[in-house]
Amino acid sequence: MLSFAIRRILQTIPTVLAVVLVVFVLFSIVPGSIVTNMSDDGDPQIEERMKKQLGLDQPVYVRFGTYIAKLAMGDFGTSFRTREPVTTMIAKRSWPTLQLVFAAMAFAVVIGVPLGFIAALKPGGIIDTFSMFVAVSGLSMAKFWLGLLLMYLFALKLGWLPSFGYGDGSLKYLILPAVTLGVSPISLLARTTRAAVLEIMSADFVRTARSKGMSETRVVKWHVTRNALVIILTTVGLQFGALMGQAVVVEKLFSWPGLGSLLVDSVLQRDVPAVQGSILVVVFFFLAINLVIDLLYGVIDPRIRYS
Amino acid sequence: MKIGPSLIIGGALFALAIFVGVFAPWLAHTDPVMDANLMNAEEPPSWTWWFGTDAQGRDIYSRVVYGARISLTVGIVSQLVNSVIGTTLGLTAGYWAGWWDDFVNGLTNLMLAIPSLIFALAIMAVLGPGLTSLLIALGLTNWSFTCRIARASTLSLKSQGYVQAARVLGYGDLRIMITQLLPNMLGPIIVIATLGMGAAVLAEAALSFLGLGIRPPYPSWGSMLSEARDQITTAPWLSIFPGLAIFLTVLGLNLLGDGLRDILDPQSRSRRT
Repeated sequence: MLSFAIRRILQTIPTVLAVVLVVFVLFSIVPGSIVTNMSDDGDPQIEERMKKQLGLDQPVYVRFGTYIAKLAMGDFGTSFRTREPVTTMIAKRSWPTLQLVFAAMAFAVVIGVPLGFIAALKPGGIIDTFSMFVAVSGLSMAKFWLGLLLMYLFALKLGWLPSFGYGDGSLKYLILPAVTLGVSPISLLARTTRAAVLEIMSADFVRTARSKGMSETRVVKWHVTRNALVIILTTVGLQFGALMGQAVVVEKLFSWPGLGSLLVDSVLQRDVPAVQGSILVVVFFFLAINLVIDLLYGVIDPRIRYS
Repeated sequence: MKIGPSLIIGGALFALAIFVGVFAPWLAHTDPVMDANLMNAEEPPSWTWWFGTDAQGRDIYSRVVYGARISLTVGIVSQLVNSVIGTTLGLTAGYWAGWWDDFVNGLTNLMLAIPSLIFALAIMAVLGPGLTSLLIALGLTNWSFTCRIARASTLSLKSQGYVQAARVLGYGDLRIMITQLLPNMLGPIIVIATLGMGAAVLAEAALSFLGLGIRPPYPSWGSMLSEARDQITTAPWLSIFPGLAIFLTVLGLNLLGDGLRDILDPQSRSRRT
């Protein structure tokens, strides 16, 4: 398993390097230099001095080389706006984002997986039709709209929960953003679980188990659930990427101090090092979570060998 | 072939959205941008103002109707670009194999590693806000799934007898790809495109909400919601109707995609039931 983990980590290196390259190149071709945007009076001398300060007077390939070398040391550069190290900014923002994304996923798993299971056990029934309609509806809703409605109802009308902010980091601040973010993975998990369970229910080994006289509860518990888990886990892993993306909108709506709101603020202020840094860290988190999930496959299903 | 309720309801909702977008000038009561009148500011929904008015006194119903044009243009055009890119890359990678296949695979993995909304956000940051930037950003960031499906279909189809026969008859690579392979993989690609259109409508709304897509005063559903956020306590109708329009359009596309999958992708139907 250790050699598999090392090999998987090595496999992600080219992807990480390619992402670094793409993000770097993208922001090196920004039309209108960042310096022109930042200096209000457009004085060429000031612009020249700022370019030198920010290291933008060097050729692109030299800048890329320096950037990679610094990245290898964990240095994401210095923010154009705040002059603070981007690494420090990211470090402050990472925990709130991870907290939000994991809470949203936990909420989605707790609701979505049982919903898909119940739907699949009686396909075509009322519960099945209703839960699948709920699932499609959840996928079709704009997150920030749902968030606005939840905020209106639970924070402003009923006053049960705070409407926005991180507060002291307690659970009551996390609930509304996490529920808003968790709705679309609920839908996807319910649909995937239903499809997986239906497929496994018609497999030969389930028929064999039933014909041997195994009770339905045991069939579902021992055969269906364990086999469906691999598919559910894959969906969870892939959904983390989408959640990291959607978290941007949810964080902005609820003024959640995470990587997403850092990214949007930096984009709006053309703070290139902060944008590059936050995108890279989001991608890194996504790849890391999927690596962990790859390793979990073997724990859940011993037939999967790490070869 | 069984036409299910998903196809009918989804098709009807999507057709309604298209109808509203196409006939917006006839359906709208007022000009969505110019007809501002502070005397009518923040009127709740009534017989005169069906969906109420905003802080500038503009008719929300007319703005929602015109908003359909932007959302549908972005949804349809950007998904068309994604489908063309994904199909071309997947088809050629599966057919030619070798280094080109490796390159396309690498590119697809890269696209899958960066969450598409974040990639689109980065491109918008470079290009600046506006409709053209939105079309480019959303058109370039969501093709990986189509590419995977096109590649997998090509790999299974290219060893079929009729493709071999076409080769023996002297058909060139391009002709085989367009006349023999493409028509046989269109089903799943159309299904993905329908679902992708819904995703693009949501992405446009999200980017406009963040202030990076369509800028006010132009009526995009996302930018309307962005403006509505601060008035959620005093004028909740400003949030309800644009959000509902997004929901019904995307619901229509998702149901249509599901319905089409049952007809066009029979393999998936047998997997699902």
